[in-house]
Amino acid sequence: MSVLFDILGSVGMWEAVLRIATPLILGTLGVLLCERVGVLNLGIEGIMAFGAMIGWLTVYQGGDLWTGMLAAALGGAAFGFLHALLTVPLGLSQHVTGLGITLFASSFAYYVFRLAVPTASSPPTIDPFQPLSVPVLSEIPFLGPVLFNQTAPTYLAVAFVALIAWGLYRTPLGLAVRMAGENPHALDAQGIDPIWLRIGTIMAGSALMGMGGAFLTLSAFNSFFPTMIQGRGWVCVALVVFASWRPGRALLGALLFALFDAFQLRLQTVVDGVPYQLFLMMPYLLSIVALIIMARRARVPQALMQPYRRGER
Amino acid sequence: MTRVLELSHITKRFGAVTANEDVSLHLDRGEIVALLGENGAGKTTLMSILFGHYTADEGTVRVEGQELPPGRSRAAIRAGVGMVHQHFALAPNLSVLDNVMTGTEPLWRLRSDRAAGRAKLVALSERFGLRVDPDALVSDLSVGECQRVEILKALYNDARILILDEPTAVLTAQEAESLFATLRQMTENGLSLIFISHKLHEVMSASDRVVVLRRGCVVAERRTSETSREELAELMVGRKVERPARAPAVPGRVLLEAVDLSLHGKGGASLHDVSFRLRAGETLGIIGVSGNGQTTLAGVVSGLYPPSSGSLSVDGRAVTRHTVPDAIAAGIGRIPEDRNAEGSIGDMTTWENAVLERIWSPDFSARGFVRRAAARKATADILARYDVRGASVDGRIRLLSGGNMQKLILGRVLEAGPDILVAAQPSRGLDEGAIAGVHARLLEARGRGAGVLLISEDLDEVIALSDRIRAIVNGRLSPAIPAGRANAQLLGLMMAGDWSAAERIEAETHDAL
Repeated sequence: MSVLFDILGSVGMWEAVLRIATPLILGTLGVLLCERVGVLNLGIEGIMAFGAMIGWLTVYQGGDLWTGMLAAALGGAAFGFLHALLTVPLGLSQHVTGLGITLFASSFAYYVFRLAVPTASSPPTIDPFQPLSVPVLSEIPFLGPVLFNQTAPTYLAVAFVALIAWGLYRTPLGLAVRMAGENPHALDAQGIDPIWLRIGTIMAGSALMGMGGAFLTLSAFNSFFPTMIQGRGWVCVALVVFASWRPGRALLGALLFALFDAFQLRLQTVVDGVPYQLFLMMPYLLSIVALIIMARRARVPQALMQPYRRGER
Repeated sequence: MTRVLELSHITKRFGAVTANEDVSLHLDRGEIVALLGENGAGKTTLMSILFGHYTADEGTVRVEGQELPPGRSRAAIRAGVGMVHQHFALAPNLSVLDNVMTGTEPLWRLRSDRAAGRAKLVALSERFGLRVDPDALVSDLSVGECQRVEILKALYNDARILILDEPTAVLTAQEAESLFATLRQMTENGLSLIFISHKLHEVMSASDRVVVLRRGCVVAERRTSETSREELAELMVGRKVERPARAPAVPGRVLLEAVDLSLHGKGGASLHDVSFRLRAGETLGIIGVSGNGQTTLAGVVSGLYPPSSGSLSVDGRAVTRHTVPDAIAAGIGRIPEDRNAEGSIGDMTTWENAVLERIWSPDFSARGFVRRAAARKATADILARYDVRGASVDGRIRLLSGGNMQKLILGRVLEAGPDILVAAQPSRGLDEGAIAGVHARLLEARGRGAGVLLISEDLDEVIALSDRIRAIVNGRLSPAIPAGRANAQLLGLMMAGDWSAAERIEAETHDAL
């Protein structure tokens, strides 16, 4: 028992929570934007892989770290555009298109990686983002290192939560986005074209997914390998439901999942006689439980997964 | 009189179908014009062209002298044209204020001025008597309130010309009346209105001028004060329409008897100690304003809900199991109030919908397999015999118009030869021709010896079809009066809960029944 308390009391574990949560926060916000405007984006798993690769490759080729982030965002937006084109004006099945994007983007990522690095047997590395201590605040005992000794993209991800919450609930554009996900006919009747709004928002959301992927290669680790997303994208899709499509709760959900993950990682090292795979399973299992509790009261965007065609109901 | 709107020589074709041909129409300030026509006459197409949802093939639209660019709803909104759609364009998960403010501010502003929006909305709703809570979620509003939000949306966009597409299609009679009072008040505030309708009585009572559309062409234009219901009916349909007359009843044995039925909280309203008898070969009309328990009553009789107390007997036998299959087996046929939600499954085919209620009968299934050929044939028979147009046996039922879907439902019910027919709001939303058809069928069933329980809020319909009439008020049934003694005033009193006159009449005529 005391082992558990040791883990829960360690600064190291809590510091890891925010780090593990960062790609989830970015990815969840991305899915949230897409779904709020009415389109499911299951391309996230592949878009994150592509973002991780292109971000890493940009830096590996001599670009600086922020240029890498930007490249990941642009790459994500490009795949978002493809997804939007197929699902919005063409109205194809969003499930099938999303899965197709995932398969395509992850394979394409590995292909480009192999073109760039044809021979290396162990993945080459770059110099990743270093922790950025916020003056004064990082001196606070316990909370300081946990919250204010993270890398820059982590602060950025948290800032995005506030930005998107403000955008969705306080600006005319955000209201239009929410309306497009609830009733695009009403939006059209007010003279705003839901098609373009959906395309644009999906691209923005996918850019966030790309950045979430790039965090893995540019901050959490320092190299790219093809299986590194490990289902994080799917977790984001579930977290959006957990969050009832609200940015603040999305942050909460990502932190909770990250907490389970950080906890089981440490548990693996101290508990003997139990296969470690059992611990690996834990965050997912707990997520399902949390989803069952939270999602029953969720208000699903009414037009989610319904293609919009003018003059048709 | 200032001319605020002028449509000139509008023609619109969809492939080979001409929806509007050389239609011209104008609207003066402060005027209410009714655009009258049957379903499919091209009314909605015309208004969609005006509002920029469609582009006309020929013709122009002028608002206050300025020509509108075709196909741009934004331009129409800016010019002061507001449209209230028949199917509300609202988002149920968002608040009233959100719904009203969408698209009214420049999109790229960093902060939406919700305080100003709220003030404007509240001011408008007070000025026009359209009471609504800006922070309520639309999903919590009644249908009438939703419509108020739709109108407020148009007014919020500074509309000076308002177009209402079949505004009363989903409203109760009372809500409709208060809507028209509001509209009249709006014209006094300088607005000009066009409303689309196929209901003669509301056109007669609420408009200044009527434009009649038939098969895409304007066939007549009349000042409302100078025309009559009969003339308009004939102009609209293109021939004389007469609702069928009722032959005297030959009441037989008691088919359905309810004694002190009570039920709380199902179907929207409660029932309290409801007792009535329905005999073979007669129609019992139950009139009442929506929400007074008639939906619950229909549900109890057709087996949807068991009563919490009291008893129901069919043909002398007490009903012990209150389920829909048992009710169907006992010979109770049901025409549900909401044909889209309860009467059909939109994405299933016509034949599946036609036989679903009787799928377990040996006619349509054997050894766990559906007898598709038999089911298709039965459906084809219904389509032919009940004159269901625009339907194919294998097509999705969603594609049918309201009138044709109602014919199919009637056919489905009547083909089973029910002893008791529960018809809830059977002609709601239908046009004149279709109503006449539905009425003829109901009278036919009665003539065949069935007992018809007619639930309706349309006075004319109840008087025309019923042998006896009861009103339902707050879940209680009034005394029954014979249809011969019924008039609008008496029924109005009964619906308002004043039953003294009805009690006297029932006592006088009791022996006769």
